[in-house]
Amino acid sequence: MPLDPTLRDAMLAAVPRLRGFAVSLCGNVDRADDLVQETLVRALSNIDSFRPGTNLTAWLFTILRNHFRSEYRKRRREVEDVDGRHTDGLRSQPEQMSHVELGELRVALTKLPPDQREAVVLVGASGFSYEEAAEICECAVGTIKSRVNRARTRLAELMAIDDATDFGPDAAMQAALSERDVGT
Amino acid sequence: MKRRKPMNRNPAKQSGSSDRPPGALDRDIQAKIGDQLRAMHDDIVNQGVPDRFADLLARLDKPDTSEGQ
Repeated sequence: MPLDPTLRDAMLAAVPRLRGFAVSLCGNVDRADDLVQETLVRALSNIDSFRPGTNLTAWLFTILRNHFRSEYRKRRREVEDVDGRHTDGLRSQPEQMSHVELGELRVALTKLPPDQREAVVLVGASGFSYEEAAEICECAVGTIKSRVNRARTRLAELMAIDDATDFGPDAAMQAALSERDVGT
Repeated sequence: MKRRKPMNRNPAKQSGSSDRPPGALDRDIQAKIGDQLRAMHDDIVNQGVPDRFADLLARLDKPDTSEGQ
């Protein structure tokens, strides 16, 4: 059955955000593109279960998220070398952030449990509301909120440690200074 | 638990009783995390729609033409 052109355009229009989500989830552009491709294939073969008038983007995100979850379970054992692959998979960087910094976040993200990772990315990067993120992850709004909070706390811990160890004297000095400022 | 750097910040643990403002450093880090999450995302979004996805949809949309060969 031919796809309604409006629907096809809407699916294509969702691709950039789907990729943004996928890269943040798996930390690797090539894998992310495979995830998005698989998402579109699944979406098309299940297009009958999409209810017109509802949020197509959220529906696609749900498919991607579920697919990532099942992939994640399968791949869990083989993903020991994530750190090296992240930076390889990264093709371009916004200029205001150094490679090191974004690489650092990618690595930190992979250390989160997937439920926290997807929650913090959906709300903090993809721009969804808590309600939409809850719909995508098929859970309660309160659950999303607590996952986002836990993710932020954990990321802060990971990045604070990295700051001091990876960024050399500057960051260490800054940390020391701000510590002194607040009078510890 | 994991080894922390000598910077002795531990804002989450003692809420209220601390004489420190609740995590000035923490706020900085949270702002940084937010910036980086968005930067990583926007970087990808700004790449637009790679051709492979437009091609894919076009191909999947016309199964009769691709199936014949």
